Amino acid sequence: MQTKTIRPSKPAKRSWVSLILTLILLSIVCFVLFKLQGVQNQLVLRIARLCAINITLALAMNLINGFTGIFSLGQAGFMAIGAYTTALLTIPASKKAMMFMLTPLVKPLDTLTLPFGLTLIIGGLIAAGAAFLIGVPCLRLRGDYLAIATLGFSEIIRVLIMNAQSLTNGAQGLKSIPSNATIWWTYGIAFIVIVFMALFTSSSYGRALKAIREDEIAAESMGVSLFAHKMMAFMLSAFFAAVGGGLLAAYNGTIGQDMFRVIQTYNVLMIVVMGGMGSITGSVIAAFIVTIGQEWLRVLDGPINLGPIHTSGIAGMRMVVFSALLLIIIVFFRNGLFGTNEATWSAIGGRLSALAGHKKRGTAE
Amino acid sequence: MATFFQHMTNALSVGSLYALMAIGYTMVYGVLRLINFAHGEIFMIAMYMVFYGLAIFFLPWYVSFTLAIVITALLGVAAERLAYRPLRDAPRISILISAIAVSYFLQNLATVLFGGRPLTFPQVPLFTQIMTLGSVRIPRLSILVPLITLVLLALLMLLLKRTKTGMAMRAVARDYDAARLMGIDLNFTIATTFFIGSALAGVGAIMWGMKYPQINPTVGSMPGIKCFIAAVLGGIGNTAGAVLGGVVLGIVEIMLVALWPSLSGYRDAFAFILLIVVLLVKPTGLLGEKTTEKV
Amino acid sequence: MRKKVLEINDVTMQFGGLIAVNNLTMFADYQEIVALIGPNGAGKTTAFNMITGVYKPTSGHIVLNKENITGMRPDRIALRGMARTFQNIRLFKALTVMENVVIAQHLRLKSSWLGATARLPRYRAENRIMYERAEELLDYMGLLDVRNEIASSLPYGMQRKLEISRALATQPVMLLLDEPAAGMNPAESLDLTRLIQGIREHFNLTILLIEHHMDVVMDISDRIYVLDYGNLIAVGTPDEIQANDDVIHAYLGVDENEA
Repeated sequence: MQTKTIRPSKPAKRSWVSLILTLILLSIVCFVLFKLQGVQNQLVLRIARLCAINITLALAMNLINGFTGIFSLGQAGFMAIGAYTTALLTIPASKKAMMFMLTPLVKPLDTLTLPFGLTLIIGGLIAAGAAFLIGVPCLRLRGDYLAIATLGFSEIIRVLIMNAQSLTNGAQGLKSIPSNATIWWTYGIAFIVIVFMALFTSSSYGRALKAIREDEIAAESMGVSLFAHKMMAFMLSAFFAAVGGGLLAAYNGTIGQDMFRVIQTYNVLMIVVMGGMGSITGSVIAAFIVTIGQEWLRVLDGPINLGPIHTSGIAGMRMVVFSALLLIIIVFFRNGLFGTNEATWSAIGGRLSALAGHKKRGTAE
Repeated sequence: MATFFQHMTNALSVGSLYALMAIGYTMVYGVLRLINFAHGEIFMIAMYMVFYGLAIFFLPWYVSFTLAIVITALLGVAAERLAYRPLRDAPRISILISAIAVSYFLQNLATVLFGGRPLTFPQVPLFTQIMTLGSVRIPRLSILVPLITLVLLALLMLLLKRTKTGMAMRAVARDYDAARLMGIDLNFTIATTFFIGSALAGVGAIMWGMKYPQINPTVGSMPGIKCFIAAVLGGIGNTAGAVLGGVVLGIVEIMLVALWPSLSGYRDAFAFILLIVVLLVKPTGLLGEKTTEKV
Repeated sequence: MRKKVLEINDVTMQFGGLIAVNNLTMFADYQEIVALIGPNGAGKTTAFNMITGVYKPTSGHIVLNKENITGMRPDRIALRGMARTFQNIRLFKALTVMENVVIAQHLRLKSSWLGATARLPRYRAENRIMYERAEELLDYMGLLDVRNEIASSLPYGMQRKLEISRALATQPVMLLLDEPAAGMNPAESLDLTRLIQGIREHFNLTILLIEHHMDVVMDISDRIYVLDYGNLIAVGTPDEIQANDDVIHAYLGVDENEA
């Protein structure tokens, strides 16, 4: 994965090499995905898909928290919007009629079903609209006030979902969501989001966002409209968070307001922090590490027989170990894997040649 | 009239509980400029401690209350020592994330140690008895909670104004770097702040448990966020403001539901709406001081 | 005939009970170098912050090229041709020298965010021009060799120069320099003096600067305004200011050794 910046001073040869390497990497990924599709092991398939969904979710958060430097904790709310939109627009009419027992679903949603991809976009657009309404008051706030205000709105969205019985089925949640989140959908969307992020963050608009992150007052004095740019990042982030939420709904099959508590935001935040706030490659790699790692730590929940130590299995132990590991990362390696850097081919090449003992001047960005 | 009185005492006791916890937020924010996201989890642990003391080990209520308060206070100090102190010179965002991670960790830890199933907080009749005042019947707790809060606030004020440690705490809150240069022992002062703040959260948790007797590992997160809001409402960093903010929040929540019962499902949203209104109208809170960033 | 680029009429800034700037009236003609001096706390930086929109004046008007910019947002004012540097350098620290200068041209970008993300031909052309212009500018300022360095890794003097480069990249008509020679030795400040005169000619700029180095001020200013406790106490050419008793009393007398 590589981000390209158009620079006249950069030798053309290097970008050709990068392009070829990127194409090779892509074909390997496609090959692996093709193989995965045929895998019979449902667990492997589930984890693989969850990795891709987490990439989408982490990049959505990284755009606002990492690249723009705005500490927003509203992600779970936007995910909920996407999840409920996709659920309501893909569950077949007969199943809806069975689920909404207390109060019937409002028209025309009770019979309406739409193609999966379209529902993701609709969910994203609704979330972006909500982000606009939330952003108007919140984006003027500074630092931790903004964090707590966005967290507040995320909770308000959840409370609204819980109470809107005729739209969301309230506390009962929604079931029988068609499992559209296949390998191809999840990885296809993750790929689109990665490419979008790479192109957007290296564009002039992305640079303006980084300028805001570095120094708001200087950025504004250089003509960067703080509100417009923050709003752009906030709405785009909400859009992708909702797309991720929609995928998660299709992946899970059932959703409820309880899924979208603040802890959901924290889960994604941990991926972003681990990869490095402001690094696309960092988020992608951390999404794999965290998703697979959480699964791998599942052994801790089962019975343990280590010589004299016997435990009969404690549910939740893996989350304790996992959160302790995260705490250690934050305290001792607070820049995460990559900081604000990207693993570009030239950076990797630089590392390799440094390892090989060449005293070449680093071109790492 | 009688129902109004009942609602009002209820509102005041809820408000006082918010106030006790808001003090912890405001004190920590004062010295470290940190929203201590883990404060709600400290509160949750205190409830479990009391549960264990009373329902498992059958200790007298005063012993288990004291133990719970001391343990939570030490837990707050430990969190500061392990997760915040190493990041004191890091960007503020790092320490905020660290606080979130501590809260996440404590929730997971509580799930393993105490189980995910909700437990019932044991009742102490001395506090929960119903009293009759004329035609009004109220739990003794509703009267005790505001009284205890007032006494603790008075003690805290005395500590801040009269003792050397209290003055050091105020100095650090006013100007961190200058305080350090003046030879104030930062580590001790900050640790004390966490000790007191967490102890107050412990007191709050005990009374909260008697009022809303259900314990689970996430029981602290909602009161936690609300009490931070109360602290912002009153003017973050201002102790009296935290108490005022807590009481205002309690009254708004209880009275809105009392007047319009159909709103009860939205009760948890009030605090956030109030927060956003306050931040827009008077960002420094009711009693906060105005600051301008130097350019 | 010269035209007035910047006009400040009766501007007052009050913070609570403190009057930081009191009824300030001043102007700067096209291609003029005007200095704003005064002891610490005289209200010079506050005046800058009002002119660039960081603070909203309590009363009065600020006019740039016949347009009233009083109370406008800083980015709108920058778009109308006002650029500035900061007393305590405010670079985009973690970004490269090149990026710092390229970002400052973002305000002139015409492509939309979608066009930019899709790398449409128009954006590509605009982006190429932004980089070319940045290279020219860095070359002119003598920073081309360090263009790929991280801004915060530069030595202090270069950071000051980079801040000026970044301000110039916004294509201003009016440049505000807040203590550009702070922390420089006499040789460096002489260099800076030549540089400021050079950029005035090269970019057809009107320059307003705050400075404590009296040799710099007296050397390059066409006119000088002196502030003391928020009040304007003198205006004139360097010679007139040096002969002004009030100024000597309030400022130069105290600062003789440094001058």
